[in-house]
Amino acid sequence: MSAPTEGQAPAVAPGTATQPGDPGTPGAEAAERSAGSVLQSIARSNVLVVVLAFVFAFVVGSVLILVSDVDVRAAAGYFLSRPGDLIGASWTAITEAYAAMFRGAVFDLPGARKVADDIAERGGSGLYLLGPAFLRGIKPLLETLTVATPLIIASVGMAVSFRSGLFNIGGTGQLIVGATAAGYVGFAIDLPVVIHLLVCILAAIVAGGLYGGIAGFLKARFGASEVITTIMLNWIATYALAFALTTSAFTGANKAQPTSPAIAGTARLPLLAGDQYRLHLGLVIALLAVVFLWWLMSRSTLGFRFRAVGSNPRAAEVAGIDVGRSAIGVMVVAGALVGLAGGVHVLGTEQRLTGSIAGSIGFDAITVALLGRSGPVGILLAGVLFAGLSTGGRFMESAQGVPIDLVQVIQALVVLFIAAPPLVRFLVGLGGVDRPRAPRRRTATGAHAAPVLAADAAAVAAAEGPAAPREGAHRAPVEPAADGGAQPPGPPGDPAEPVGPVDSADPADPAGTHSTVDPCGPDAPKGENA
Amino acid sequence: MSTLVQDPVPVADAPVVPVRTSERLRSWWHLPTALTVLALAALLVFGLGSPAADSTTFRLAAEGDLNPGGIVPGDVAIPARVLAIVLAALCLVIAGVLWWASATVTALGRWRTALVVVFGLLWVIAFLDWAFHGATVDVGAMLQTMMVLAVPLAFGALSGVLSERSGVINIAIEGQLLMGAFGAVLVGSMVGSPWAGLIAAPVMSLLIGVLLALFAVGYRVQQIIVGVVLNVFAIGLTSFFFGTVMKQNPQMFNQPLRLPTLRIPLLADLPVIGRVLFEQNILVYLMWIIVAVLTVALFRTRWGLRVRAVGEHPRAADTVGINVNGTRWGNVLLGSAVAGLGGATLTIGTGVAFGEEMSAGKGYIALAAMILGRYHPVGALAAALLFAFTDALQLRLGTLPTGSGAGIPSQFLLMLPYIVTLFAVAGVVGRVRVPAADGVPYVKQ
Amino acid sequence: MKLELRGITKVFGTFVANDAIDLVVEPGEIHSLLGENGAGKSTLMNVLYGLYRPDGGEILLDDEPVRFSGPGDAMRAGIGMVHQHFMLVPPFTVAENVMLGNEPGTFGFLDLASARRTVRELSARFGFDIDPDAVVEDLPVGAQQRVEIIKALSRQAKVLVLDEPTAVLTPHETDELMGIMRQLRDEGTSIVFITHKLREVKAVADRITVIRRGRIVGTADPSADQTELASLMVGRSVALDLDKAPAAPGEVALEVRGLGVTDADGVVLLDDVDLDVHRGEVLGVAGVQGNGQTELTEALLGLQKGARGSIRLDGAELVGRSTRQILDAGVGFVPEDRTHDALVPDFSVAENLVLDQHHRAPYATGVLLHPEAVRRRATAEVEEFDVRTGSIDDAVSTLSGGNQQKVVMARALGRDLSLFIASQPTRGVDVGSIEFLHRRIVAERDKGTPVIIVSTELDEVIQLSDRIAVMYRGGILGIVPADEDRDVLGLMMAGYTAEAAREAVAAGARTSDTTLADEGDIV
Repeated sequence: MSAPTEGQAPAVAPGTATQPGDPGTPGAEAAERSAGSVLQSIARSNVLVVVLAFVFAFVVGSVLILVSDVDVRAAAGYFLSRPGDLIGASWTAITEAYAAMFRGAVFDLPGARKVADDIAERGGSGLYLLGPAFLRGIKPLLETLTVATPLIIASVGMAVSFRSGLFNIGGTGQLIVGATAAGYVGFAIDLPVVIHLLVCILAAIVAGGLYGGIAGFLKARFGASEVITTIMLNWIATYALAFALTTSAFTGANKAQPTSPAIAGTARLPLLAGDQYRLHLGLVIALLAVVFLWWLMSRSTLGFRFRAVGSNPRAAEVAGIDVGRSAIGVMVVAGALVGLAGGVHVLGTEQRLTGSIAGSIGFDAITVALLGRSGPVGILLAGVLFAGLSTGGRFMESAQGVPIDLVQVIQALVVLFIAAPPLVRFLVGLGGVDRPRAPRRRTATGAHAAPVLAADAAAVAAAEGPAAPREGAHRAPVEPAADGGAQPPGPPGDPAEPVGPVDSADPADPAGTHSTVDPCGPDAPKGENA
Repeated sequence: MSTLVQDPVPVADAPVVPVRTSERLRSWWHLPTALTVLALAALLVFGLGSPAADSTTFRLAAEGDLNPGGIVPGDVAIPARVLAIVLAALCLVIAGVLWWASATVTALGRWRTALVVVFGLLWVIAFLDWAFHGATVDVGAMLQTMMVLAVPLAFGALSGVLSERSGVINIAIEGQLLMGAFGAVLVGSMVGSPWAGLIAAPVMSLLIGVLLALFAVGYRVQQIIVGVVLNVFAIGLTSFFFGTVMKQNPQMFNQPLRLPTLRIPLLADLPVIGRVLFEQNILVYLMWIIVAVLTVALFRTRWGLRVRAVGEHPRAADTVGINVNGTRWGNVLLGSAVAGLGGATLTIGTGVAFGEEMSAGKGYIALAAMILGRYHPVGALAAALLFAFTDALQLRLGTLPTGSGAGIPSQFLLMLPYIVTLFAVAGVVGRVRVPAADGVPYVKQ
Repeated sequence: MKLELRGITKVFGTFVANDAIDLVVEPGEIHSLLGENGAGKSTLMNVLYGLYRPDGGEILLDDEPVRFSGPGDAMRAGIGMVHQHFMLVPPFTVAENVMLGNEPGTFGFLDLASARRTVRELSARFGFDIDPDAVVEDLPVGAQQRVEIIKALSRQAKVLVLDEPTAVLTPHETDELMGIMRQLRDEGTSIVFITHKLREVKAVADRITVIRRGRIVGTADPSADQTELASLMVGRSVALDLDKAPAAPGEVALEVRGLGVTDADGVVLLDDVDLDVHRGEVLGVAGVQGNGQTELTEALLGLQKGARGSIRLDGAELVGRSTRQILDAGVGFVPEDRTHDALVPDFSVAENLVLDQHHRAPYATGVLLHPEAVRRRATAEVEEFDVRTGSIDDAVSTLSGGNQQKVVMARALGRDLSLFIASQPTRGVDVGSIEFLHRRIVAERDKGTPVIIVSTELDEVIQLSDRIAVMYRGGILGIVPADEDRDVLGLMMAGYTAEAAREAVAAGARTSDTTLADEGDIV
């Protein structure tokens, strides 16, 4: 899903990447070819897994709709006498809900038809008719893009940290801080038109970067797990904003109301599609952020260092890369991007600060980044997709009375399913694909199951878990690793093969880092490679 | 071939073994510095911040308490500023002792811990004195509130201890609490008895446990991701049912039920601590029991030894025939059931109906309590009590009459657990030893 | 107990680690399994111990076929194993480790007293000095190994598998271990002794089975000729010596004075080290693993925070400088563990080749990376070092160990150096690559670069070095010429000063009964 240039996914394509393909061993190649029948390669593909993940998630969603639907429950009460009623009621409940979701997320056909009819009544036709009707129809789509805007930017921030081996769970906090900074500058300071906007955005970036940097600093200086610190910082920011919104500096004249004054017109992001739509310039910023992600990770020395540290911090350190500084850098960049998302959200979409300004964007961004495999294209698609679910869900709630929370369930399930392709294949009866031949079994399942979700380099590192950055006694090559080393290059010793994070559990280093809180270190040893 | 050649005698001038020197640790100054800063803050803020004229009243015994001859005084009023300054001075003395001990590498052993605890108590009293100057602190009532608030945190933290000791990171405590709260009310309402809810709560949160174990242990998905996503899942699921089924028929599905309070005669009449310890519902007593049982089980039984081995070095455990992933499954499930009881506290424990996202971050505080409690049941309980105390304080301060007290914004007290945890994970209060294999999936070859 | 393996086959992917292996271990014999690193010895033993499922073949104990679905089954059947990497839980006490999985006690409660008793009894029987309440992570490796042996024996092991047990031991400790092995054998325990060290095999084994590339290539008596065993093991006649011209040392380039490292807990890791390295010479650093070699190289690279003393390279002080600055000063470094310390597994071969230089011209200008320059360098290096890779864009983790090591070596040597440091330059590398890498190191010396080689393989140090420094417990015991008597070196590794060691050797002591003074030694 993401740009192929980034070499981010040795773990993505287990079937291929794990074969060393040494030119000297034709046997391996032949076996690889024969094993890779067309069917299997399709079954192993990630696209299929993604599609199936959505299918299953929606199936579960359907069950929830049924359970919660009064008519369905009523019909279930007399199921034995009139089974047709239950089926009919179920069908109606599900189709109406999902149709509403589509209508609210992509294209509002009934709305467009109504506009068309109105114009036709007044004698309009041709472009006069189709134009406005179309514009009415795509209103939901534009709304989806509006919702996607901060989500994409925040996901880009998340992706930077994930690919650098840091688990930034602090989206909410960084978003709040960014939004607060941008918002404050936006309503409290008077500046000329363009400059005001730029200063607001800069404030968001700086604030988010500094806030993210706290976690990076704690990681670099004290080895504190960024998972824990960012979670804590989320709540600290939440309460800090709640407090700020009780002060007159933030609420302005109306102190009883915990909202800020509206952002000054000079600081608002210009609308892109006219006054009827909320779509604003933030979308362009989001696209720029995506491009920035690509550039940073594959064309800059900074990203090179981030990725190196994410994949093997020890090797990076030995090669002269300052791991601590890199951790701070990653968190500053990630925080700045998430902060920017908060700024864009408040300057473009919300236009005033409230206690719940961050909403669930912070956590949604994590799922979007994961779904998009932390790659630029993937994030763009996943961001729009999840935003569509969310806007569609809102419409579904108002139109069909199905709570929008259903969307959260579906999103969570999608991510879970995508994280465990073997489960998805098992559910569709393709379980055998994972173990085409007995000896391969370990290879295939291992590669999938390990961190497919986190297919990018960074997340792989993190996925391999915490444990010691320096496993002292662990340094001698372990058989069978050594087996591969000395002999014709074969899978068992090949570090590409996820034989086992087993060894990484080996707390062999007495002086190691077990003493620090690090339930999720990217300084994870690369497990089996040791 | 040959027999052993006579052992060469080591030469005298061979270098000595690199032993632990009695040199100071590099971090020797951390704790004394932290305490000094806190003590000075107490002196400046609490001491000089309290108006000289005001006094703070501490209510210890209340009417009707078992208080023969009034051994425990009722209301004690003390001039706020004087008390704060005295307490702060004592804090400084303790900080000084620790400076001396750390600088001269004098081993204090348990005294060190005791000193820190005493410091904490003095500091907190000084804080209360300042925060409530000109008003009354009802100590018994405050502790009672603390206990109620601590129970869900403690259960959540115990869930974390169970799962992380076996090597599975449990970020999903929040979701487990929420499912427990939801299940307790749902089933309790349907059956019409809070006792049914008490049984349903752990069962319901097992759902999260099963998913966590399935994905984290079974499919070896990154455990932090699973935890975060499961929290989203739990919020979505419970909110969905809250918005549909429960709204459609609250009578049937979402009644405010309450577990009865079990009062232990006489003991419950003791001043200050009587009601806190002996007039609670079954969940509170269960919490004490589980903490005790778990402490013994983890450190004195075969099961505990194996669990800890699995969390520290799963491969070693495997080589002596211990089923690593089975142990992890078991512990994750057990943990989620325990967290379910914590969830039940939020609803049937306090007599309220279910509400959307009612766990409100308690799962994350529980996570923090587990870390601060160093993955030990007793430590986790202590941390939970500490965090609950700040919450209780915040609630009490909200009810202060205007004009009295220090006017501390409640948000700052709400933030406190998180800030304390930040310092804790940064190692200011000493290193926390994480189970070495925490978060690392185990693959059997 | 008699142990028999019949036709054991174990396949990983397309790689056959064990190919129809037959092996019989008679009761009360020490049976040595001899083979190079990676020959498949450990795989075989892991199959025996129930850690791997065999893809074919069967295991017989006292002529009864058995099937193990896990190590628990193997243990119950009387098989004990001392793993190369100890399977001990570091924060547990000795007693806890020994009883784990086999806990005495009633109602699930632990009976620590009985576990302590077991430890004490077994300790006394074999003359170990092990405190049952000591925490394992605080024990020296030798003691940890004894805990492993106690652990196996406490489960009534009738067959004891020792996997490369001497890798972490001093010659003296190795002698003691051999004494223990003989004692166990005499009490009727069958022992499988896995090693790649010929001398040890000849000293202690009753029978020898040689394994190469997953196959049994021969069995032998301990009296068999050593070179014959060696060529059996490596598969062709081995060139035991490296052709190299005598060194032509120039002026002193590296001057280390009073270098010390103390860790955060106050443990002295490196104790007042003085060293000089001249231009155009190889200084070898010998010693048993864990005696400060790692800390020495790391301190030289600026990787040890808080190092004391002085390191002067061409007159410039390096202590206090960052690793980046030291690398930029022209230090080339090959760390001891390539997968852990040197390579970024997800990075391509090309990216790994510029890992330490990526920020400099021509690979980058400021923050801008120049992928074309990176690829140009990679193409050249892959060619020069004969790295077998499909493409320079392949992830380095897809390469074999030998080729990975070549990447690490190419990275370090691919520019003009003022100092070259290589730790375990050939660990886990096949014989062909070893020769190539050794020649590259000597070529670098001949270019006039000062070279430091750290290796725990004494033979490698002797082959490559012009002078040898022996490290022991964080200090340098002495620096001797490369042609020093092996026995003297062995004694020095055990803590003797050079003079004391020479005296002892002159008086007839040998490092160990395993030393065969007359013949050439094998890698």
